[in-house]
Amino acid sequence: MGRRWNRFQQSVVESQFWKSLFRVGIPNTNRKRVLAMLGNVVLHLHPVKTRKSGVKMRYTWCAGGVTFFLFLVLTFTGLLLMFYYRPTVEYAFVDILDLREQVPFGIMREVHRWGAHAMVITVWIHMFRVFMTGSYKPPREFNWVIGVILLVLTLLLSFTGYLLPWDQLAIWAITVGSNMAAATPLIGIEGPAAGLLKIGDIQLVTSSNDARFALLGGRFVGAGALLRFYVLHCVGIPLVAAFLMAVHFWRVRKDGGISGPV
Amino acid sequence: MSTPQKRAVRPSPQPLPPEVLQDGVTRRSTIKWMTIAWVGFAAATGAGLTATLRFLFPNVLFEPPTRFKAGDPSTYAFGVDERWKSKYRVWIVRNTDTMYALVARCTHLGCTPNWLQAQNKFKCPCHGSGYYMSGVNFEGPTPRPLERAEIALSADDGQLVVDTAVRYLYERGQWSDPKAFVKMT
Repeated sequence: MGRRWNRFQQSVVESQFWKSLFRVGIPNTNRKRVLAMLGNVVLHLHPVKTRKSGVKMRYTWCAGGVTFFLFLVLTFTGLLLMFYYRPTVEYAFVDILDLREQVPFGIMREVHRWGAHAMVITVWIHMFRVFMTGSYKPPREFNWVIGVILLVLTLLLSFTGYLLPWDQLAIWAITVGSNMAAATPLIGIEGPAAGLLKIGDIQLVTSSNDARFALLGGRFVGAGALLRFYVLHCVGIPLVAAFLMAVHFWRVRKDGGISGPV
Repeated sequence: MSTPQKRAVRPSPQPLPPEVLQDGVTRRSTIKWMTIAWVGFAAATGAGLTATLRFLFPNVLFEPPTRFKAGDPSTYAFGVDERWKSKYRVWIVRNTDTMYALVARCTHLGCTPNWLQAQNKFKCPCHGSGYYMSGVNFEGPTPRPLERAEIALSADDGQLVVDTAVRYLYERGQWSDPKAFVKMT
Protein backbone atom coordinates (compact mmCIF):
# COMPACT_ATOMS: atom_id res chain seq x y z
CA MET A 1 0.00 0.00 0.00
CA GLY A 2 2.69 2.43 1.03
CA ARG A 3 4.80 1.72 -2.02
CA ARG A 4 1.88 1.98 -4.33
CA TRP A 5 0.91 5.28 -2.79
CA ASN A 6 4.45 6.51 -3.14
CA ARG A 7 4.54 5.52 -6.79
CA PHE A 8 1.21 7.28 -7.38
CA GLN A 9 2.48 10.39 -5.62
CA GLN A 10 5.64 10.23 -7.67
CA SER A 11 3.72 10.04 -10.94
CA VAL A 12 1.55 13.00 -9.99
CA VAL A 13 4.40 15.20 -8.82
CA GLU A 14 6.46 14.40 -11.87
CA SER A 15 3.66 14.84 -14.38
CA GLN A 16 3.92 17.70 -16.85
CA PHE A 17 0.66 19.19 -15.62
CA TRP A 18 1.83 19.34 -11.99
CA LYS A 19 5.20 20.80 -12.93
CA SER A 20 3.61 23.46 -15.10
CA LEU A 21 1.73 24.75 -12.02
CA PHE A 22 4.29 24.13 -9.28
CA ARG A 23 7.49 25.10 -11.02
CA VAL A 24 9.92 25.00 -8.15
CA GLY A 25 8.80 22.00 -6.15
CA ILE A 26 8.68 21.86 -2.38
CA PRO A 27 10.69 24.87 -1.18
CA ASN A 28 12.87 22.90 1.24
CA THR A 29 16.13 24.70 0.49
CA ASN A 30 17.04 28.36 0.58
CA ARG A 31 17.61 28.35 -3.15
CA LYS A 32 14.17 26.92 -3.85
CA ARG A 33 12.55 29.42 -1.48
CA VAL A 34 14.18 32.29 -3.33
CA LEU A 35 13.17 30.87 -6.70
CA ALA A 36 9.58 30.35 -5.52
CA MET A 37 9.30 33.97 -4.38
CA LEU A 38 11.06 35.58 -7.32
CA GLY A 39 9.33 33.48 -9.95
CA ASN A 40 5.83 34.45 -8.84
CA VAL A 41 4.45 37.83 -9.84
CA VAL A 42 2.38 38.21 -6.66
CA LEU A 43 4.85 36.75 -4.18
CA HIS A 44 7.78 38.70 -5.55
CA LEU A 45 6.26 41.83 -4.04
CA HIS A 46 7.13 40.30 -0.68
CA PRO A 47 10.55 39.58 0.74
CA VAL A 48 11.92 36.05 0.65
CA LYS A 49 12.59 36.30 4.36
CA THR A 50 10.98 38.46 6.98
CA ARG A 51 12.69 39.75 10.06
CA LYS A 52 11.29 38.38 13.30
CA SER A 53 10.42 41.90 14.45
CA GLY A 54 8.53 42.44 11.18
CA VAL A 55 5.74 40.09 12.20
CA LYS A 56 5.53 41.37 15.76
CA MET A 57 1.96 42.58 16.20
CA ARG A 58 2.92 44.91 19.04
CA TYR A 59 5.34 46.67 16.75
CA THR A 60 3.53 46.90 13.38
CA TRP A 61 -0.10 46.51 14.56
CA CYS A 62 -0.56 44.92 11.11
CA ALA A 63 -2.39 48.13 10.25
CA GLY A 64 -1.15 48.15 6.66
CA GLY A 65 -2.06 44.51 6.24
CA VAL A 66 -5.54 45.10 7.66
CA THR A 67 -5.95 48.04 5.30
CA PHE A 68 -5.05 45.85 2.33
CA PHE A 69 -7.40 43.14 3.57
CA LEU A 70 -10.21 45.70 3.79
CA PHE A 71 -9.39 46.87 0.27
CA LEU A 72 -9.86 43.31 -0.93
CA VAL A 73 -13.13 42.99 1.01
CA LEU A 74 -14.37 46.27 -0.51
CA THR A 75 -13.35 45.19 -4.01
CA PHE A 76 -15.23 41.92 -3.61
CA THR A 77 -18.39 43.33 -2.02
CA GLY A 78 -18.30 46.29 -4.42
CA LEU A 79 -18.20 43.90 -7.35
CA LEU A 80 -21.26 42.11 -5.98
CA LEU A 81 -23.11 45.39 -5.48
CA MET A 82 -22.41 46.35 -9.10
CA PHE A 83 -24.61 43.49 -10.25
CA TYR A 84 -27.67 45.26 -8.84
CA TYR A 85 -26.88 48.97 -8.71
CA ARG A 86 -27.63 51.21 -11.72
CA PRO A 87 -25.97 54.64 -11.59
CA THR A 88 -28.84 56.70 -13.00
CA VAL A 89 -31.05 59.29 -11.34
CA GLU A 90 -34.06 57.08 -12.01
CA TYR A 91 -32.80 53.90 -10.41
CA ALA A 92 -29.91 54.63 -8.05
CA PHE A 93 -31.91 55.24 -4.87
CA VAL A 94 -34.45 52.45 -5.37
CA ASP A 95 -31.64 50.03 -6.23
CA ILE A 96 -30.04 50.88 -2.90
CA LEU A 97 -33.33 50.10 -1.13
CA ASP A 98 -33.67 46.89 -3.14
CA LEU A 99 -30.18 45.84 -2.16
CA ARG A 100 -31.41 45.81 1.41
CA GLU A 101 -34.93 44.47 0.96
CA GLN A 102 -35.01 42.30 -2.17
CA VAL A 103 -31.56 40.76 -2.41
CA PRO A 104 -30.31 37.75 -0.41
CA PHE A 105 -27.74 38.74 2.19
CA GLY A 106 -29.07 42.28 2.33
CA ILE A 107 -26.17 43.28 4.52
CA MET A 108 -23.76 43.31 1.56
CA ARG A 109 -24.10 47.08 1.21
CA GLU A 110 -23.57 47.53 4.93
CA VAL A 111 -20.45 45.38 4.77
CA HIS A 112 -19.22 47.62 1.97
CA ARG A 113 -20.10 50.79 3.84
CA TRP A 114 -18.66 49.80 7.22
CA GLY A 115 -15.63 48.30 5.53
CA ALA A 116 -15.04 51.66 3.87
CA HIS A 117 -15.25 53.48 7.20
CA ALA A 118 -12.90 50.94 8.73
CA MET A 119 -10.41 51.27 5.89
CA VAL A 120 -10.11 55.02 6.37
CA ILE A 121 -9.51 54.44 10.08
CA THR A 122 -6.90 51.71 9.54
CA VAL A 123 -5.07 53.87 6.98
CA TRP A 124 -4.72 56.56 9.65
CA ILE A 125 -3.61 53.99 12.23
CA HIS A 126 -1.06 52.64 9.76
CA MET A 127 0.30 56.13 9.10
CA PHE A 128 0.41 56.85 12.82
CA ARG A 129 2.40 53.67 13.47
CA VAL A 130 4.81 54.38 10.58
CA PHE A 131 5.28 57.89 11.91
CA MET A 132 5.79 56.88 15.53
CA THR A 133 8.33 54.18 14.65
CA GLY A 134 10.20 56.58 12.37
CA SER A 135 9.69 54.29 9.41
CA TYR A 136 9.27 57.23 7.05
CA LYS A 137 12.98 58.11 7.31
CA PRO A 138 15.54 57.42 4.56
CA PRO A 139 15.64 55.19 2.61
CA ARG A 140 11.86 54.85 3.06
CA GLU A 141 10.97 58.46 2.16
CA PHE A 142 9.80 57.53 -1.32
CA ASN A 143 7.45 54.91 0.07
CA TRP A 144 6.01 57.44 2.53
CA VAL A 145 5.17 59.66 -0.45
CA ILE A 146 3.47 56.74 -2.21
CA GLY A 147 1.59 56.12 1.04
CA VAL A 148 0.37 59.71 1.22
CA ILE A 149 -0.96 59.42 -2.34
CA LEU A 150 -2.69 56.19 -1.33
CA LEU A 151 -4.24 58.03 1.64
CA VAL A 152 -5.64 60.67 -0.72
CA LEU A 153 -6.96 57.95 -3.05
CA THR A 154 -8.64 56.23 -0.08
CA LEU A 155 -10.35 59.47 0.89
CA LEU A 156 -11.39 60.06 -2.74
CA LEU A 157 -12.87 56.55 -2.86
CA SER A 158 -14.90 57.43 0.23
CA PHE A 159 -15.94 60.74 -1.27
CA THR A 160 -17.05 59.29 -4.62
CA GLY A 161 -18.80 56.36 -2.94
CA TYR A 162 -20.72 58.73 -0.69
CA LEU A 163 -22.78 60.07 -3.63
CA LEU A 164 -23.90 56.71 -4.97
CA PRO A 165 -26.89 56.06 -2.61
CA TRP A 166 -28.37 59.21 -4.19
CA ASP A 167 -30.30 60.28 -1.10
CA GLN A 168 -30.54 63.80 0.29
CA LEU A 169 -27.51 63.32 2.52
CA ALA A 170 -25.43 62.16 -0.45
CA ILE A 171 -26.50 64.94 -2.82
CA TRP A 172 -25.94 67.78 -0.37
CA ALA A 173 -22.72 66.39 1.02
CA ILE A 174 -21.30 66.17 -2.49
CA THR A 175 -22.72 69.62 -3.30
CA VAL A 176 -20.82 71.05 -0.36
CA GLY A 177 -17.71 68.98 -1.09
CA SER A 178 -17.56 69.72 -4.80
CA ASN A 179 -18.01 73.43 -4.16
CA MET A 180 -14.46 73.28 -2.84
CA ALA A 181 -13.36 72.50 -6.40
CA ALA A 182 -14.97 75.79 -7.46
CA ALA A 183 -12.49 77.54 -5.15
CA THR A 184 -9.47 76.16 -7.03
CA PRO A 185 -7.07 78.98 -7.95
CA LEU A 186 -7.30 80.05 -11.61
CA ILE A 187 -9.48 77.19 -12.86
CA GLY A 188 -12.31 77.38 -10.29
CA ILE A 189 -15.13 79.86 -10.85
CA GLU A 190 -14.99 81.16 -7.26
CA GLY A 191 -11.26 80.64 -6.81
CA PRO A 192 -8.61 83.33 -6.45
CA ALA A 193 -7.26 84.77 -9.70
CA ALA A 194 -10.03 83.14 -11.78
CA GLY A 195 -11.09 86.63 -12.88
CA LEU A 196 -7.67 87.24 -14.39
CA LEU A 197 -8.26 84.75 -17.19
CA LYS A 198 -10.20 86.75 -19.73
CA ILE A 199 -9.98 88.01 -23.27
CA GLY A 200 -11.37 91.51 -23.45
CA ASP A 201 -14.68 91.35 -21.58
CA ILE A 202 -15.13 87.60 -21.99
CA GLN A 203 -14.44 85.51 -18.90
CA LEU A 204 -12.62 82.30 -19.82
CA VAL A 205 -13.51 80.50 -16.57
CA THR A 206 -17.28 80.07 -16.25
CA SER A 207 -19.53 77.74 -14.29
CA SER A 208 -19.68 75.47 -17.37
CA ASN A 209 -15.97 74.88 -17.79
CA ASP A 210 -14.27 75.20 -14.42
CA ALA A 211 -12.76 72.55 -12.15
CA ARG A 212 -16.07 71.76 -10.44
CA PHE A 213 -17.74 71.25 -13.81
CA ALA A 214 -15.07 68.74 -14.81
CA LEU A 215 -15.73 66.85 -11.58
CA LEU A 216 -19.53 66.92 -11.80
CA GLY A 217 -20.11 66.86 -15.55
CA GLY A 218 -22.67 69.61 -14.99
CA ARG A 219 -23.24 72.84 -13.13
CA PHE A 220 -24.79 71.09 -10.16
CA VAL A 221 -24.92 67.58 -8.69
CA GLY A 222 -27.10 65.77 -11.23
CA ALA A 223 -27.13 62.77 -13.56
CA GLY A 224 -23.68 63.59 -14.95
CA ALA A 225 -22.14 63.77 -11.49
CA LEU A 226 -23.69 60.43 -10.45
CA LEU A 227 -22.25 58.65 -13.49
CA ARG A 228 -18.84 60.29 -13.20
CA PHE A 229 -18.55 59.46 -9.52
CA TYR A 230 -19.67 55.90 -10.20
CA VAL A 231 -17.02 55.35 -12.87
CA LEU A 232 -14.32 56.94 -10.72
CA HIS A 233 -15.41 54.94 -7.67
CA CYS A 234 -15.62 51.55 -9.38
CA VAL A 235 -12.89 51.73 -12.00
CA GLY A 236 -10.68 54.79 -12.11
CA ILE A 237 -9.48 55.23 -8.54
CA PRO A 238 -9.30 51.49 -7.65
CA LEU A 239 -7.04 50.87 -10.67
CA VAL A 240 -4.65 53.63 -9.70
CA ALA A 241 -4.77 52.55 -6.04
CA ALA A 242 -4.06 48.90 -6.91
CA PHE A 243 -1.08 49.90 -9.01
CA LEU A 244 0.33 52.13 -6.28
CA MET A 245 -0.27 49.42 -3.67
CA ALA A 246 1.88 47.04 -5.71
CA VAL A 247 4.60 49.69 -5.81
CA HIS A 248 4.10 50.30 -2.08
CA PHE A 249 4.55 46.64 -1.09
CA TRP A 250 7.49 46.18 -3.44
CA ARG A 251 9.19 49.27 -1.99
CA VAL A 252 8.77 47.85 1.53
CA ARG A 253 10.87 44.89 0.41
CA LYS A 254 13.38 47.03 -1.48
CA ASP A 255 13.82 49.44 1.41
CA GLY A 256 14.90 46.80 3.91
CA GLY A 257 11.70 45.03 4.93
CA ILE A 258 8.91 46.00 7.27
CA SER A 259 10.04 48.71 9.63
CA GLY A 260 12.98 47.97 11.94
CA PRO A 261 16.52 49.18 11.37
CA VAL A 262 17.85 49.01 7.83
CA MET B 1 52.48 31.92 -10.70
CA SER B 2 51.00 33.48 -13.72
CA THR B 3 52.30 33.08 -17.17
CA PRO B 4 52.47 36.21 -19.24
CA GLN B 5 49.67 36.10 -21.70
CA LYS B 6 50.03 37.21 -25.24
CA ARG B 7 47.70 39.91 -26.20
CA ALA B 8 46.39 39.93 -29.69
CA VAL B 9 47.54 43.14 -31.20
CA ARG B 10 44.82 44.60 -33.29
CA PRO B 11 45.44 47.32 -35.72
CA SER B 12 43.78 50.38 -34.26
CA PRO B 13 40.83 51.44 -36.42
CA GLN B 14 41.23 54.37 -38.66
CA PRO B 15 39.91 57.32 -36.63
CA LEU B 16 36.79 58.78 -38.18
CA PRO B 17 36.45 62.49 -38.54
CA PRO B 18 34.78 63.56 -35.29
CA GLU B 19 31.56 64.86 -36.86
CA VAL B 20 30.88 61.64 -38.81
CA LEU B 21 29.52 58.83 -36.61
CA GLN B 22 28.68 56.02 -38.99
CA ASP B 23 27.36 55.54 -42.50
CA GLY B 24 27.45 59.21 -43.16
CA VAL B 25 25.33 60.05 -40.07
CA THR B 26 26.65 63.26 -38.65
CA ARG B 27 26.24 64.75 -35.20
CA ARG B 28 24.31 67.60 -36.80
CA SER B 29 21.79 65.36 -38.58
CA THR B 30 21.33 63.24 -35.46
CA ILE B 31 20.48 66.29 -33.38
CA LYS B 32 18.18 67.55 -36.11
CA TRP B 33 16.21 64.33 -36.44
CA MET B 34 16.10 63.73 -32.70
CA THR B 35 14.72 67.24 -32.24
CA ILE B 36 12.08 66.69 -34.91
CA ALA B 37 11.16 63.33 -33.40
CA TRP B 38 10.89 64.63 -29.84
CA VAL B 39 8.96 67.75 -30.82
CA GLY B 40 6.62 65.58 -32.87
CA PHE B 41 6.18 63.15 -30.00
CA ALA B 42 5.56 65.96 -27.52
CA ALA B 43 3.05 67.59 -29.87
CA ALA B 44 1.18 64.32 -30.42
CA THR B 45 1.12 63.62 -26.68
CA GLY B 46 -0.05 67.15 -25.95
CA ALA B 47 -2.79 66.89 -28.58
CA GLY B 48 -3.90 63.56 -27.15
CA LEU B 49 -4.03 64.91 -23.59
CA THR B 50 -5.89 68.03 -24.73
CA ALA B 51 -8.43 65.90 -26.57
CA THR B 52 -8.86 63.72 -23.47
CA LEU B 53 -9.38 66.76 -21.28
CA ARG B 54 -11.81 68.31 -23.76
CA PHE B 55 -13.74 65.04 -23.81
CA LEU B 56 -14.77 65.70 -20.19
CA PHE B 57 -16.65 68.87 -21.17
CA PRO B 58 -19.81 67.96 -23.14
CA ASN B 59 -21.19 70.27 -25.83
CA VAL B 60 -24.81 69.90 -24.73
CA LEU B 61 -26.02 70.10 -21.13
CA PHE B 62 -29.33 68.55 -20.22
CA GLU B 63 -30.00 71.16 -17.58
CA PRO B 64 -32.77 73.77 -17.46
CA PRO B 65 -31.83 77.01 -19.25
CA THR B 66 -30.65 79.85 -17.03
CA ARG B 67 -32.93 82.37 -18.75
CA PHE B 68 -36.67 81.78 -18.50
CA LYS B 69 -40.01 83.58 -18.57
CA ALA B 70 -41.52 83.68 -15.10
CA GLY B 71 -45.08 84.70 -16.00
CA ASP B 72 -47.01 87.90 -15.49
CA PRO B 73 -46.10 90.01 -12.42
CA SER B 74 -49.78 90.20 -11.47
CA THR B 75 -49.80 86.46 -10.76
CA TYR B 76 -47.47 87.00 -7.82
CA ALA B 77 -48.82 87.74 -4.35
CA PHE B 78 -46.86 89.68 -1.75
CA GLY B 79 -44.05 87.74 -0.18
CA VAL B 80 -41.87 84.84 -1.30
CA ASP B 81 -43.01 82.76 -4.28
CA GLU B 82 -41.59 79.24 -4.56
CA ARG B 83 -43.05 78.13 -7.89
CA TRP B 84 -39.66 78.18 -9.71
CA LYS B 85 -37.57 76.87 -6.87
CA SER B 86 -37.32 73.20 -7.83
CA LYS B 87 -36.79 73.80 -11.55
CA TYR B 88 -34.70 76.96 -11.74
CA ARG B 89 -33.55 77.26 -8.11
CA VAL B 90 -34.81 80.78 -7.66
CA TRP B 91 -37.38 82.58 -5.50
CA ILE B 92 -39.38 85.53 -6.83
CA VAL B 93 -40.04 87.96 -3.99
CA ARG B 94 -42.58 90.74 -4.16
CA ASN B 95 -42.80 93.56 -1.68
CA THR B 96 -44.69 96.83 -1.75
CA ASP B 97 -42.88 98.47 -4.63
CA THR B 98 -40.36 96.03 -6.14
CA MET B 99 -39.92 92.44 -7.29
CA TYR B 100 -36.60 90.63 -7.24
CA ALA B 101 -35.26 87.12 -7.85
CA LEU B 102 -33.23 85.47 -5.09
CA VAL B 103 -31.00 82.56 -6.06
CA ALA B 104 -31.91 79.61 -3.78
CA ARG B 105 -28.31 78.71 -3.08
CA CYS B 106 -26.88 79.21 0.41
CA THR B 107 -23.81 81.42 0.19
CA HIS B 108 -22.12 79.33 2.88
CA LEU B 109 -21.54 76.00 1.11
CA GLY B 110 -24.17 75.83 -1.61
CA CYS B 111 -27.13 73.95 -0.13
CA THR B 112 -30.71 75.01 -0.88
CA PRO B 113 -32.29 76.94 2.03
CA ASN B 114 -35.97 76.62 2.97
CA TRP B 115 -38.42 79.50 3.13
CA LEU B 116 -40.02 79.42 6.59
CA GLN B 117 -43.22 81.42 6.26
CA ALA B 118 -44.04 81.31 9.97
CA GLN B 119 -40.66 82.71 10.96
CA ASN B 120 -40.44 84.99 7.94
CA LYS B 121 -36.92 83.90 7.03
CA PHE B 122 -34.83 81.65 4.78
CA LYS B 123 -33.12 78.87 6.71
CA CYS B 124 -30.46 76.53 5.37
CA PRO B 125 -30.89 72.92 6.60
CA CYS B 126 -27.18 72.07 6.23
CA HIS B 127 -25.53 74.37 8.76
CA GLY B 128 -28.29 76.72 9.89
CA SER B 129 -27.56 79.93 7.99
CA GLY B 130 -30.51 82.32 8.10
CA TYR B 131 -31.53 85.17 5.79
CA TYR B 132 -34.22 87.85 5.87
CA MET B 133 -36.73 88.07 3.07
CA SER B 134 -34.44 90.62 1.42
CA GLY B 135 -31.73 87.95 1.23
CA VAL B 136 -29.49 89.62 3.80
CA ASN B 137 -27.95 87.10 6.22
CA PHE B 138 -28.41 87.46 9.97
CA GLU B 139 -27.52 84.10 11.57
CA GLY B 140 -25.44 81.00 11.07
CA PRO B 141 -22.05 80.53 9.45
CA THR B 142 -22.72 82.20 6.10
CA PRO B 143 -20.40 85.10 5.32
CA ARG B 144 -22.65 87.09 2.95
CA PRO B 145 -26.23 87.60 1.73
CA LEU B 146 -28.01 85.49 -0.87
CA GLU B 147 -27.34 86.45 -4.48
CA ARG B 148 -29.99 88.06 -6.65
CA ALA B 149 -30.53 87.04 -10.28
CA GLU B 150 -31.19 89.36 -13.20
CA ILE B 151 -34.87 90.19 -13.55
CA ALA B 152 -36.67 92.36 -16.10
CA LEU B 153 -40.02 92.82 -17.80
CA SER B 154 -40.24 91.38 -21.30
CA ALA B 155 -40.77 94.11 -23.90
CA ASP B 156 -43.24 92.13 -26.02
CA ASP B 157 -45.65 90.54 -23.51
CA GLY B 158 -44.86 92.14 -20.16
CA GLN B 159 -43.85 88.88 -18.49
CA LEU B 160 -41.02 88.65 -16.02
CA VAL B 161 -37.76 87.40 -17.52
CA VAL B 162 -35.23 85.94 -15.10
CA ASP B 163 -31.62 84.96 -15.86
CA THR B 164 -30.02 82.99 -13.03
CA ALA B 165 -26.60 83.13 -14.72
CA VAL B 166 -26.36 86.89 -14.12
CA ARG B 167 -25.90 87.60 -10.42
CA TYR B 168 -26.11 90.79 -8.36
CA LEU B 169 -24.21 90.86 -5.07
CA TYR B 170 -25.25 92.96 -2.11
CA GLU B 171 -21.72 93.33 -0.77
CA ARG B 172 -20.68 94.91 -4.06
CA GLY B 173 -23.59 97.37 -3.99
CA GLN B 174 -25.16 95.75 -7.04
CA TRP B 175 -28.69 95.34 -5.65
CA SER B 176 -29.51 98.89 -6.73
CA ASP B 177 -28.61 98.02 -10.32
CA PRO B 178 -31.69 98.53 -12.55
CA LYS B 179 -31.59 94.89 -13.66
CA ALA B 180 -31.46 93.55 -10.09
CA PHE B 181 -35.16 94.33 -9.50
CA VAL B 182 -38.41 95.28 -11.21
CA LYS B 183 -40.19 98.41 -10.07
CA MET B 184 -43.89 97.88 -9.36
CA THR B 185 -46.14 100.82 -10.16
